[in-house]
Amino acid sequence: MTTIAFPTLISRPTSYTGLWSWIGTVDHKRIGTLYGVTAFLYFLVGGIEALIIRGQLAQADNDLVSPEVFNQLFTMHGTTMVFLVVMPMSAAFFNWMVPLMIGARDVAFPRLNAFSYWSFLFGSIFLNLSFFLGGAPDAGWFGYANLTGSTYSPGDGVTFWALGLSILGVASLAASFNFVVTILNMRAPGMSLMKMPVFIWMALVTSVLMALAMPVIAVALVQLALDRVWDTNFFNPLAGGDPVLWQHLFWLFGHPEVYILILPAMGIVSEVLPVYSRKPLFGYPAVVFAGAVIGFMGWFVWSHHMFTVGLGPAANSAFAISTMLIAVPTGVKIFNWVGTIYGGKLRLDTSMLFSLGFIAMFIIGGLSGVTHASPPTDAQQQDTYYIVAHFHYVLFGGAILGLFAGGYYWWPKMTGKRLGETLGKWHFWVMLIGFNITFGPMHWLGLNGMPRRIATYAEDLGWETSNAIASAGAMLIAIGVLIFIINVIRTIRSTQEAEDDPWDGRTLEWSIPSPPPVYNFAVVPQVKSLDDFWYQKHPELLHDERGEHADSTEHAAEEAHTGGSIHLPGMSYYPFIVALGMTLGVAGFMEVYVEIPGTGGQFPWLSAIGIVIGMFGIMGWTFEPVSEEGGH
Amino acid sequence: MAQVAVAHDPHGHVADTNTGISNRKLLMWVFLASDCLFFGSFIATYLVYRNESTIGPYPNEVLDIPVTSISTFVLLMSSLAMVLALNYTQRNRAGLARFWLLSVAALGLVFLGFQVVEFTTFVKEDLTIHRNLFGTTFFILTGFHGLHVFLGVLWLLGMAFAHFKGALTSRSSEDLEIAGLYWHFVDIVWIVIFTVIYLIGFSDGEGLETVGHAASAIGG
Repeated sequence: MTTIAFPTLISRPTSYTGLWSWIGTVDHKRIGTLYGVTAFLYFLVGGIEALIIRGQLAQADNDLVSPEVFNQLFTMHGTTMVFLVVMPMSAAFFNWMVPLMIGARDVAFPRLNAFSYWSFLFGSIFLNLSFFLGGAPDAGWFGYANLTGSTYSPGDGVTFWALGLSILGVASLAASFNFVVTILNMRAPGMSLMKMPVFIWMALVTSVLMALAMPVIAVALVQLALDRVWDTNFFNPLAGGDPVLWQHLFWLFGHPEVYILILPAMGIVSEVLPVYSRKPLFGYPAVVFAGAVIGFMGWFVWSHHMFTVGLGPAANSAFAISTMLIAVPTGVKIFNWVGTIYGGKLRLDTSMLFSLGFIAMFIIGGLSGVTHASPPTDAQQQDTYYIVAHFHYVLFGGAILGLFAGGYYWWPKMTGKRLGETLGKWHFWVMLIGFNITFGPMHWLGLNGMPRRIATYAEDLGWETSNAIASAGAMLIAIGVLIFIINVIRTIRSTQEAEDDPWDGRTLEWSIPSPPPVYNFAVVPQVKSLDDFWYQKHPELLHDERGEHADSTEHAAEEAHTGGSIHLPGMSYYPFIVALGMTLGVAGFMEVYVEIPGTGGQFPWLSAIGIVIGMFGIMGWTFEPVSEEGGH
Repeated sequence: MAQVAVAHDPHGHVADTNTGISNRKLLMWVFLASDCLFFGSFIATYLVYRNESTIGPYPNEVLDIPVTSISTFVLLMSSLAMVLALNYTQRNRAGLARFWLLSVAALGLVFLGFQVVEFTTFVKEDLTIHRNLFGTTFFILTGFHGLHVFLGVLWLLGMAFAHFKGALTSRSSEDLEIAGLYWHFVDIVWIVIFTVIYLIGFSDGEGLETVGHAASAIGG
């Protein structure tokens, strides 16, 4: 292919160490690490916000923070935990593990992958800058119109929220496109769809959900931002606009989003349980099918968030039925996990403990979820602490515990060192107990009528004991997180080296060194069955566990590709530059203008700078070859 | 595609993908699926707010169906030109390929010109994004479509540049095919928008009345 001679705008980074090598990296493993570290830092930020909230609510008539600050705290806590912690932490595992588990050397679009991370980082920084620039968003994490309108939210906070989430949406979209293509197109020879690990299936379903759900929230956010900045009428009731439209758009995104948050954790648990039970996953096709059905049905339940809006009995009944139905595939998964453990030779390492904790907590959260599938019941629970308890049981007890399970499980593969088991078990038990002490009493509080999002409450309502217990539990969770941090620091400082396959794993990532070399697989693996690596190690189990006969031919790759060096995509600064330009361009909508002298006109200088930087980056990106000729 | 594949194949020829569709083309299909939901949400918003404006100008006072029909025809013809450009690129007929490629971009620009004229006229008739719900939903929906057309024109001009430089040949015609997928999609979306805004967009059930009159005329 003839390439166009085009001046190199910025020469690509050459060193594989130092700051610039991280800014220019396109290696999926390094990008995964960046995602993971950033998401964990935001986990601490969101956690501190939660601790202040619990501090404020620890006793009646408290005045630790003002109601205004309280509103900002719960809004940013929710937004942070959903968009800046669980989603990017899942992205960290996708980045690290998808290529390793399907036997690929990188994702389909390495530079787009880097762009996803940098847009996520810049978008999240932009969102959090609002704390220092006139106040954070304060209208709740689902930002209901017309509370978010200029009348009721006169500050800049909600504009920061709408624009910041739009940037994060672009990051999620780019990542989801990349993973759909990677999973569909770049599997190792022989790995048909039904031979993919369940985690890969869940990554695929999650990515499809993101690709289809993020545009919906993007549209809602664009409408909101335009209403605020350009005075359009989308959610302006005076002009005939309908605030309920926002709710429909938000939840049409929001419910698939719930599955975007939980499916990756379900995938992790589906990998961890078989390994520590030394049994194949019980009913693999059912687990895969249930995940896909959840992804599909997740589109038909959104209005159960709106039972009290007054959509009428027909709509409420339809959404009640679909909501109860979606519990079925979820239940199928739980039975399959239990079936996997049943009769297994269990090894209760930390990762296994977190997975078991996930199942138990997710059952509680799932059951409380089914209770508000019924509109009359939901009318009692709407906007109470019962709802807060429910979604923390599925998002903390579910997603966060599942992600920690993945962290302990894959840490040796990612870093070459095992996280400490003793501290790990302390971490698990302290966090699990603290979690239940925090969120268990919220069920009672909610049923006793305590509304969510109130900055304080009066003395004689009977809520004081439960709130005090919940706040104490929050401290315990914080101690659990501290134990984890100490564990990580001690592990990093230790000199131990983990084996390539410390848990006797089943999937391809355990067949390569820990940590993996830049190119992942020296020889592209040839896959013959599900859990191929396991049956390479234990060919005698193939008949008993899968009803297949061991192939007499040699399992390892027939033709070792020794013909040449492995070409890897070259590093590039352009994804960073494009993401920076996009963020500045969007930030310019914050009415950052200069007066043009003598005309009275205004010039959006920040947007202009952003567009110039972005165009420059796109030009460089387009004309930069993916890899240098003849080397890497 | 070729470059990405080379990165994974030591021998330098295009590696097969699991689906048989190249990574870049699959990326475009996934993007288009995603874009369906983007336009779908804006179109749904338009439909929800149809006939809900509290003050004028109303659609039937400002929309000029004959003029927009012409620009719609221009955009449809650009899709035809796109097909021809790809066809001649694949058959190595450089001159014709370049002619049709530039035609697509030119027809896209003509469409955008119509849109600029239409927007300016409406603003003169006091229809702005602030004025009423119709203005808000009309300008933002057609504006985002226009933005898609504009980006498509830039992309096609880049393609034409590559063709003149000899970088776009029958061997790399998939680059153009992917741009074509995008272009046809934007075209199809316009057909939906044209139908929703211009053809069924008249307020207060007037359209239904017309059908009723026609029916009684036939019956009587």
